[in-house]
Amino acid sequence: MDQRLERILPRVQKPARYVGGEYNAVIKDKKDVDTRVAFCFPDTYEIGMSNLGMRILYGVMNAMDGVWCQRVFAPWGDMEEEMRRANMPLFALESGDPVADFDIVAFSVGYEMAFTAILNMLDLAGIPLHSADRPHLTPLVIAGGTAMYNAEPVADFIDIVSLGEGEDVTPELINLHRKARREGWDKHRFLVAAAQLDGIYVPSLYDVSYHDDGTVAAITPRDGAPERVVKRIVHDLDKSFFPTRTIVPSTEIVQDRVMLELFRGCIRGCRFCQAGYVYRPVRNRSRDLCAQYCLEACNDSGYQEVTLSSLSTSDYPPLTELCDNLEDFCQQRHVNLSLPSLRADNFSMSLMQRLAKGRKTGLTFAPEAGTQRLRDVINKNVTLDDLLQSCRTAFAGGYSAVKLYFMLGLPTETDEDVLGIADVAARVMHAWRESAANKQRGVRITVSTSYFVPKPHTAFQWEPQITREEYERRVKLLREAINTKTVTYSWHDGDTSFLEAVLARGDRRLGKVLECAWRKGAKLDAWEDYFSLARWQEAFAECGVDPAFYAYRRREKDEIMPWHMISSGVTENYLWREYENAKAGVTTPDCRTHCNGCGANRLVGGKCDV
Amino acid sequence: MSKLRLLFVKEAQASYISHLDLMRTFQRVFPRTELEIKHTQGFHPHPILSIVLPLPVGQQSDCELLDFEVTQESNGRGIAEKLNTGMPTGIRVLDCYAATRPIRELAFLQADLELLYDGGVPQGAVEALQALFAREEIIIEKRTKRKEQAQVDIAPMLRSVDLHAGDKAIYATVVVQAQNPGLNPQLLEKAIAAHLPALTPDFVRVRRRRIMDENGEDFR
Ligand code: SF4
Repeated sequence: MDQRLERILPRVQKPARYVGGEYNAVIKDKKDVDTRVAFCFPDTYEIGMSNLGMRILYGVMNAMDGVWCQRVFAPWGDMEEEMRRANMPLFALESGDPVADFDIVAFSVGYEMAFTAILNMLDLAGIPLHSADRPHLTPLVIAGGTAMYNAEPVADFIDIVSLGEGEDVTPELINLHRKARREGWDKHRFLVAAAQLDGIYVPSLYDVSYHDDGTVAAITPRDGAPERVVKRIVHDLDKSFFPTRTIVPSTEIVQDRVMLELFRGCIRGCRFCQAGYVYRPVRNRSRDLCAQYCLEACNDSGYQEVTLSSLSTSDYPPLTELCDNLEDFCQQRHVNLSLPSLRADNFSMSLMQRLAKGRKTGLTFAPEAGTQRLRDVINKNVTLDDLLQSCRTAFAGGYSAVKLYFMLGLPTETDEDVLGIADVAARVMHAWRESAANKQRGVRITVSTSYFVPKPHTAFQWEPQITREEYERRVKLLREAINTKTVTYSWHDGDTSFLEAVLARGDRRLGKVLECAWRKGAKLDAWEDYFSLARWQEAFAECGVDPAFYAYRRREKDEIMPWHMISSGVTENYLWREYENAKAGVTTPDCRTHCNGCGANRLVGGKCDV
Repeated sequence: MSKLRLLFVKEAQASYISHLDLMRTFQRVFPRTELEIKHTQGFHPHPILSIVLPLPVGQQSDCELLDFEVTQESNGRGIAEKLNTGMPTGIRVLDCYAATRPIRELAFLQADLELLYDGGVPQGAVEALQALFAREEIIIEKRTKRKEQAQVDIAPMLRSVDLHAGDKAIYATVVVQAQNPGLNPQLLEKAIAAHLPALTPDFVRVRRRRIMDENGEDFR
């Protein structure tokens, strides 16, 4: 072990996060390795190791001959301070080698609030922040993940963006990089060639010009780069890699269990949901394979908890049969299955009760909006009756805690909709009085609201976010309307969601703001411990950038979005149609009821197999 | 029904695994055996394991013990090999056997310490430390469970200290009382800092070597 590290570790919290050596961590002989990839997650170990996508790509890359993929996470503040003091550069967990020595430095970016962590990690690694300041082929800095559907705010720092699911394109890119190194290409030649791979976006090959009003005037690709980069997906989940022998952290992480992915995509079409659009179309993994992976993963890891993870798990067609198949194994091995999200319908409830086997922890529902009118606007096809029926079933079955998630600031929201949330809570309370199995235990109803952030590639990408003042007014309105002691109300911090809204639909001019905020100390903005809007406000002011332009402005139909060169497969026409439907309060059926022609079918060669 | 005991090594990266996380690690590897561990009652049943004298985070050890009960009759043969197929780097089970001796008979532990001096071992350090550890009373400040500072005399818990100097380190072999109350050998560093501040080492490595009964025989 590095002597500097050995001396630092006794002084930092949770040192096990920084040493590697976990069961199934991949160790290779350097003699057999010609390509080293530092797989960086711009957040802590506990969050990063809970990411299934990262585990999949780690497996895919390490399955390649000559490639050694190693993990790197953002150090917590105490560790960062110690590392900087000891002059210790950012290192990878598997070998302890400095990140700057790797051939490829790959970031998995799931959310905008991680942008400054990318800069901080590059800096800790001693790698120049700007792509333009890295003239050589190595280290090549690449990024993927959901937040890269609009990579413009980090376009100055990243050499290559990989769009969509990385299972196929990552090996293609690695092999091209290998060839480039072998044949002595310069970086530019490599970037131009990489841009020819499907799903690869090379920011530096696109010129962006702006109108006087600040909107994008034109996006011009150079050197043969495609006008539009379409995301990559895996066509057949049954043939794609699934990590059943995956790293078992020696210290507790957020998702400390087997994550069993049943399907990708979502049939529902909630209009605010970026994941729902960008992961289209739905692709199911076959039931038998899911069952087999579940057994293999439990046997190898020894976990006794399995999450059936997908965007809307109860939409998996053979879900009941899968649970039937697994029942004996689970019984015998004391393994619990759990569903991460619950739809408020009868099917989900009966399944949930079965899986819970007497463990009556809290239930969580996400009606998202307080009135049927607004739920129709966002296409969240859940009715109050469904919700109340589910709650009655739960209370009758002995549950005594329900969490309800809503958003404030959804398009067209009125005070009536806001007050509707209090009404929903009151009715849930009433449902408890009617049906509780044991009233002595009392009931806990928690209402949580978040501050709606319009995201790119959704039907609401044209919409303004409501102002922070207005958000706070609505919070207050709701707070005053919730007056029973049994209902607890908690709401998200407005500052974070405001910044998220700026970054989510930002353009390249935010690069200098990011850098400025980072220099002022922004690094783990996803954490309350570190986030400060004041710091960002200073950075915006110093850079002469108005954050309201990005968060609060309504876009016109013909405006060129900064992420126009990126396609999730869903057409802009479809999104606009959904936007119009939203404003008219017209709902759109799910993909299983019938195809609505979003365009994602072209990704799978014609017809979606929903 | 059998009571079994594991003897295991905890070293390298694994020395940073906390007590709670170590329990979780063992819980996860037990399904690799055919043993049916006794579980707690309730909705979240988990195997009942007990680690004897938990090792402070950062220290290494050749002689950790873990006790557990299984519902079958077993003498533990073949179990160590199976457990070792699922361990993180630095944890290695050496043996699994019937737990016959009660833990209360575990009286002493022997540890090796490396007191590192980056600028070389100061002149006369070994003699000075020898004299310090031979004192009748060695008071150090220690934080109690209630987070107050308390004065503790560690001399009665310290059975022997052997020192010899290397180039940039003093190597110490110490025998301390294991329990009721036990002494964490790392605290010798505190004693040096309190009484001979000029000889405070730059870093101290600790490795448990042996656990012994009242007569100085290996405890198993
Ligand atoms: S093409 Fe049709 S079925 Fe496929 S995802 Fe789009 S709307 Fe759904």
